[in-house]
Amino acid sequence: MTAVLEAAGLSKHFPGRRGFFGGGDHGVVRAVDEISFIVESGKTLGVVGESGCGKTTTAKLVLGLETPTGGCIRFDGRDLAGLDKSGRRHYRKSVQAVFQDPFASLNPRMRIDAIIAEPLTTNETITPDEVRRRVLKLLDLVGLPSRSADLFPHEFSGGQRQRIAIARALSLSPKLIVLDEPVSALDVSIRAQILNLLSDLQAEMGLSYLFIAHDLAAVAHMSHDIVVMYLGKIVESGDAHSVATNPRHPYTQALFSAALPSHPEEVREEIILTGEVPSPLRPPSGCRFHTRCQHAMPRCSTDEPASKSVSGRMVACHLY
Amino acid sequence: MSVTTLPSPIAESRPDRPVAFWKGEGFPLIPVLILLTIAFVAIFADLLAPHDPQIGSLARRFRPPAWQHGGSMEYLLGTDHVGRDVLSRLIFGARVSVIVGLAAVFVAGAIGTLLGIVSGYLGGWVDQVIMRLTDTWLALPALTFAIFLAAIVGPSEFNIIVILGGVYWTRYARVIRGEVLSLKEREFVRLAIVAGCSKRVIMWRHILPNVINSAIVLATLMLGVVIITEASLSFLGVGVPPPKPAWGLMLADGKKGLMVGYWWLTVLPGLCIMGMVLSANLLGDWLRVKLDPQLRQL
Amino acid sequence: MPNEPLLSLEHLSAHYVSQQGRRVVRAVDDITLTLNAGETLGIVGESGSGKSTLALTILRLLPPAARIVSGRMMFEGEDLLDKSDAEMRRVRGKRIAMILQDPMASLNPLFSIGDQVGESIRVHEGASRASAWTRAIALLKSVRIPSPETRVTQFPHEMSGGMRQRIVGAIGISCEPRLLIADEPTTSLDLTIQAQYLNLLSDLQKEHGLALIFITHNLGIVAKMCDQIAVMYAGRVVEKGPVTRIFNTPAHPYTKALLNSIPRMSDNRQRLTAIEGQPPDLASMPPGCAFAPRCAMAFDRCRVETPPEFILDEGRTARCWLAAPEAEAETVPARSAMA
Repeated sequence: MTAVLEAAGLSKHFPGRRGFFGGGDHGVVRAVDEISFIVESGKTLGVVGESGCGKTTTAKLVLGLETPTGGCIRFDGRDLAGLDKSGRRHYRKSVQAVFQDPFASLNPRMRIDAIIAEPLTTNETITPDEVRRRVLKLLDLVGLPSRSADLFPHEFSGGQRQRIAIARALSLSPKLIVLDEPVSALDVSIRAQILNLLSDLQAEMGLSYLFIAHDLAAVAHMSHDIVVMYLGKIVESGDAHSVATNPRHPYTQALFSAALPSHPEEVREEIILTGEVPSPLRPPSGCRFHTRCQHAMPRCSTDEPASKSVSGRMVACHLY
Repeated sequence: MSVTTLPSPIAESRPDRPVAFWKGEGFPLIPVLILLTIAFVAIFADLLAPHDPQIGSLARRFRPPAWQHGGSMEYLLGTDHVGRDVLSRLIFGARVSVIVGLAAVFVAGAIGTLLGIVSGYLGGWVDQVIMRLTDTWLALPALTFAIFLAAIVGPSEFNIIVILGGVYWTRYARVIRGEVLSLKEREFVRLAIVAGCSKRVIMWRHILPNVINSAIVLATLMLGVVIITEASLSFLGVGVPPPKPAWGLMLADGKKGLMVGYWWLTVLPGLCIMGMVLSANLLGDWLRVKLDPQLRQL
Repeated sequence: MPNEPLLSLEHLSAHYVSQQGRRVVRAVDDITLTLNAGETLGIVGESGSGKSTLALTILRLLPPAARIVSGRMMFEGEDLLDKSDAEMRRVRGKRIAMILQDPMASLNPLFSIGDQVGESIRVHEGASRASAWTRAIALLKSVRIPSPETRVTQFPHEMSGGMRQRIVGAIGISCEPRLLIADEPTTSLDLTIQAQYLNLLSDLQKEHGLALIFITHNLGIVAKMCDQIAVMYAGRVVEKGPVTRIFNTPAHPYTKALLNSIPRMSDNRQRLTAIEGQPPDLASMPPGCAFAPRCAMAFDRCRVETPPEFILDEGRTARCWLAAPEAEAETVPARSAMA
């Protein structure tokens, strides 16, 4: 298994407002705190978690929209921080993105062919004929008719726009695509179309995906592996199917039990968490989840649990 | 038993025929016609004006308009204090108003939009510097400042355009900067960064085309302000220099005659100014409502 | 003798008319639904299905461009369409309450929580500010907001999203309504917060004997919370009935396709069954059944004639030609259209 992308001890701390909440270390928001994960070639890594867990920041770090304050990201074995200009350019070509809102992802004043071709024309010198040829091929790949190339975004529906966004992401033949909530803004009946498309493209082109979504079933369905994040930390990671059906970390258990059933007679153990998500400015000491955890022990409030291997996956919890 | 399917109370929907935009709701037909007329008159002034606007004969001064006692068809709207035909002066005055108005609005718009985009997108110290500059500029009273500058550099059509442009760019900068601030958070800008586009390319290709609509709306609204300022400058004698006809100048010249009943010397140029400014404002209002909702949907 | 249903919509239609009458959007078309006291009904549909418009129609809160063109809305035996504006104001909040998707937009940032929760009570029951305040504290406690005595003086921006949504819920039940309509109440909430909130709604329902209408695009919420389900497509109800039976044996092709297209936790990376095509544009609908262009089982009649609602068995209907029995057809009796 070759790793396409590897994060090791990755951190992103933002300076918080001084004295705003009072008490404790109020200077820093630890949006992402020493996380490590691997995206394997041709596979999908799903990231789940609720608001404030740091999954959006992780996506931005991978895309180079933010720079890490600690740890590193390695792509094809090379540390991103140490890349020179051509190295960075190579990275940009290899990692692309599809975002949540299909209505904001396309420049309303640009034609579809220009939108899809932009990454291509920005990074390579290429004749207009060749550009056109590739745009038409990409449109075909995502299931849109070739006459779409000369139209403007407003003539397309949400699902079609997302296909255009995917075509654009594919234009440089990247190795990894970051999918940040790619179907949440779409109608339910359209989601399956897009998820199928993404699966097909992965099989055909050997793409890797970093799939971020709050719809647990969609993530579990699409991913080979999953990481579960809480307040900037990874609490559990491993094979998607086993994490989804047999979660080990108390938070993961609560999360997956909170997922809505797919049938009225589905029996599920109800784990209702008490309290609110703590503020990322003042994360709880020791294990960050201990304030809401049913199984909390005295140790949990003092020592941060290390990630241990449990039943074939990594869990950060003192229970193990 | 027979099949009883009662007719469902669902009527068939009528097909949606597209409607030409000028027949749409709220289209300001009359203001647009007025503006088009003024533009037409300005372009074809040479052909339309019955007399030379700058030459008059003192024997024929203060002739009233044709429909009044003492007026004649030769001087349809009467003559002024040196016997020049009012109608011809109004026609050539339109040229000045249109040229100065459009040019000044364009200059102000270009400067303001550029600074607004740069300031909004780059942020940081560039933003701070430009915004403080804008604040300072805005603090100066526009008309007074324009008069001051005109008095220094001397009146000429070109100078007036530059001065008006230089005074009114601040409104653009503020509004455009606000739009840019929210635009740059939009996903398509992020995706352009991810695609590797440089900041300059992003500002030109992604930001500018999406603020043009606002710039256009602002332009129509600013047109009125600029025309009034130009008229005020002419009225005060520091605008377009005589004997070139300008509506504001005609107002200044004509005010002496108000007391003795020579109403056409002030009311008619006043009506022209009002017509143009009001039409521009109404058009701007309609454009804002028409273009804004689409902007919001994007 | 069966009890009279709490809410009964009969052939209700509401249209948006614009451009001097040239464009007619049939946002809500021929809706027939019943809801008994204490029951939960889930109205499921995607964008453009008309589900939110239906909620507004029931409360007669449609914008001026919309008109209720036909049908009846019977609530506790009275036709809501017969009521004057003043009478409707007495209904809203007191007998029928509604909670909306975005809690931040539902709360006024300038007023304290206590003032907002007590507002309905003051308006409908003429209570004094002091007694409304006390009731507000009790209500906050019943929606499980910790330390309600302090919270009641605070302002919306000091609360988290989950708490705000619970406050909105408290406002909803403040005057003990018989029916609560919830329009996508959990879309903006995190999963674990959503679970807390749905549990709360269930408990409140049992405590107060509320009937609940959930308007949502999320079949999971319906599976968890509802007794009855009505599936809407292009402004019409295409299928309705008890939840379990519809999940087990959906009759309408749209319902079937929808249930099949949703990813499940247990299946790993299998292909989903997608529904081809796009939801229809309500302003230019094809003749016949609205779902026909996307239906795998459509035949000629579907594209020509709009199917009426066929009664399948007790409490179940489906608007589909496939449901029409060969010899007999029982349909929901139509009323003649009234202006």
